[in-house]
Amino acid sequence: MSAAPTPGAEAGALPSAGGGLGMVPGTFAQALILSRYQLRDYLRARRFILMMGIVAVIGAILSFVLAYYHGSATVQGLTASSDALYGSLWGGGVYVVIIFSGIIFGGDAIAGEFQNRTGYFLMGLPIRRTSVYAGKFLAALAASIVAVLFYLAILVANGAVYLGVGAFPLALVESFAIAMLYLLALLGSVFLFSSMFKNSLYAVLVVAVLFLFGFTLIQDLIVGLVKIEPWFIIDYARSVISYPFLTTLPAHVSTSSGPRGLNLTNYNPTYPEGLAIMAGYFVLTAIAGLFFFEREEFT
Amino acid sequence: MTPSLEAVGLTKRFGSFTALDHLNLKVEGSKCMGFLGPNGAGKTTTLKMFTDLIFPSEGEAFINGISVQKDRKRALSSCGDLVETPEIYPSLTPREAMEMSGVLRGMRPEEIRSRTDEVLGEVKMTEWIDQKVGRFSKGMKQRVNIAASLLSDPEVVILDEPSTGLDPRGMAEVRSIVRNLKKERRLIFMSSHILSEVVDVCDEVALLDRGKLLFADRLSNVAARLGGGVRSLEAEFVSPPDDATLAGKIGSLPQVAAWSRVDPRRITLQFKGGPAQQTELLEQLVTMRLGLISFHESRSALEEVYLREISVGDA
Repeated sequence: MSAAPTPGAEAGALPSAGGGLGMVPGTFAQALILSRYQLRDYLRARRFILMMGIVAVIGAILSFVLAYYHGSATVQGLTASSDALYGSLWGGGVYVVIIFSGIIFGGDAIAGEFQNRTGYFLMGLPIRRTSVYAGKFLAALAASIVAVLFYLAILVANGAVYLGVGAFPLALVESFAIAMLYLLALLGSVFLFSSMFKNSLYAVLVVAVLFLFGFTLIQDLIVGLVKIEPWFIIDYARSVISYPFLTTLPAHVSTSSGPRGLNLTNYNPTYPEGLAIMAGYFVLTAIAGLFFFEREEFT
Repeated sequence: MTPSLEAVGLTKRFGSFTALDHLNLKVEGSKCMGFLGPNGAGKTTTLKMFTDLIFPSEGEAFINGISVQKDRKRALSSCGDLVETPEIYPSLTPREAMEMSGVLRGMRPEEIRSRTDEVLGEVKMTEWIDQKVGRFSKGMKQRVNIAASLLSDPEVVILDEPSTGLDPRGMAEVRSIVRNLKKERRLIFMSSHILSEVVDVCDEVALLDRGKLLFADRLSNVAARLGGGVRSLEAEFVSPPDDATLAGKIGSLPQVAAWSRVDPRRITLQFKGGPAQQTELLEQLVTMRLGLISFHESRSALEEVYLREISVGDA
């Protein structure tokens, strides 16, 4: 039996009692190890091709519209400056890519461990459930970032065509960072629903319905009927992704005239409020998701 | 340290149904214990609590003295297990699955490489080492799972019906693997409902029925549990003997408590006694010149005990 530690083993790692082994890695090291293999599984699976296909179709449609309607005033307005181009196509569109990638990579991440029985293989190993949860989260995050970067590459290519190669606004970096926070919040929520169900289909369906139109509908109802700021809905926060491209931020509360003389109240998140909602969603849903996963049994 | 498994008051309830009822069992030392019981007896429930897949309603499970419920990582670090039929990420190859399992266990790269070749060779999967697991049959996946459970050369091996899904040749190979696993400083705890498999590879046996432990003993002591009981022997003749001959000659033998006809050429003898009396009976049957062509126990001692204990539970 050897006591030589494995590279990457953390302080406090456990000595393995098996023959000729090193040390069982720490919780975070195991999460990283698992994420590596899970990501490999994602990248080889059909779901990754599907996700890249979705991004390619979205990118192709946008590129076609820009090229075909280039003569129109609207499209000329879009391509007049890098802020206008990226503010519209990135700020207003990246959330769609994020939602799809969250559903595709995270929807069944935990539920699938129960339904596809892969959890029986993993959980028989000396690994904490926290490591499994974190490892799968990191893999879904990495796969989603690949999809987001692909979308960004398509937009940058369009930007190079219409604005020149150097037209890469700094606001895009800031917006990208906010988009990553939105991705974390979304994946946190997706993992929470995935932990609550042992059935992948239910998990994916609930996530898809909620994030594609459910939250928007709830938000509209709250604003329209209860007339309060929907600060607790993640959809409300996502508009801050486009804020770095704006010279003037929208008013937090504004009123406008609606049909039949009705006054409509509109809410827009403030910059810090939007970031706080996203961060709050990420932290709370990650804790709640882990809580459910820790208590779920492989019956 | 001597490898050990211990269940202390281990209980699992699913609503009002008690799947396992205060199991107290300690298995210690280098041996193979068969964990027997009919379907629904609580075998898999027990093994799942030993591997922390489900949580006890009461009690605790220990591996090498470490509580699985309090410190699963430390407890499972010396244990290789195969519970139910796990699935491996379909796009990984057996080599990658072994690598993932080994790295998560903290094995060194060269150790993983050599053990991967060894264990996949043992389960006859070397040829498929770089093929994606998703394309494998159930039996092939089970072989890879067995290999993964042995990768770290663990001191304690927990196997839940390991030959499930395998063809007869595969089942024989699994038995051979388990037999080879028996070595110094290793404890194997294997659930099964195939009695011949348990007789073939195990040293001790524990019988569970309706969540309760009926007995745990050395296999060699199981026959003794029959006590003054009667064993069944089966005799086959080349041509059907008539009833008068059977009643007159065989029925009057002192070792034979009763006889009955199974079919025209085969009879079952209810026999009392040990090996010496059995030899004597065989010699007497041969001397009768009835055309005896076979003579054997109709059930193994384990099967007798199993059926008797389970039927007591049913009553």
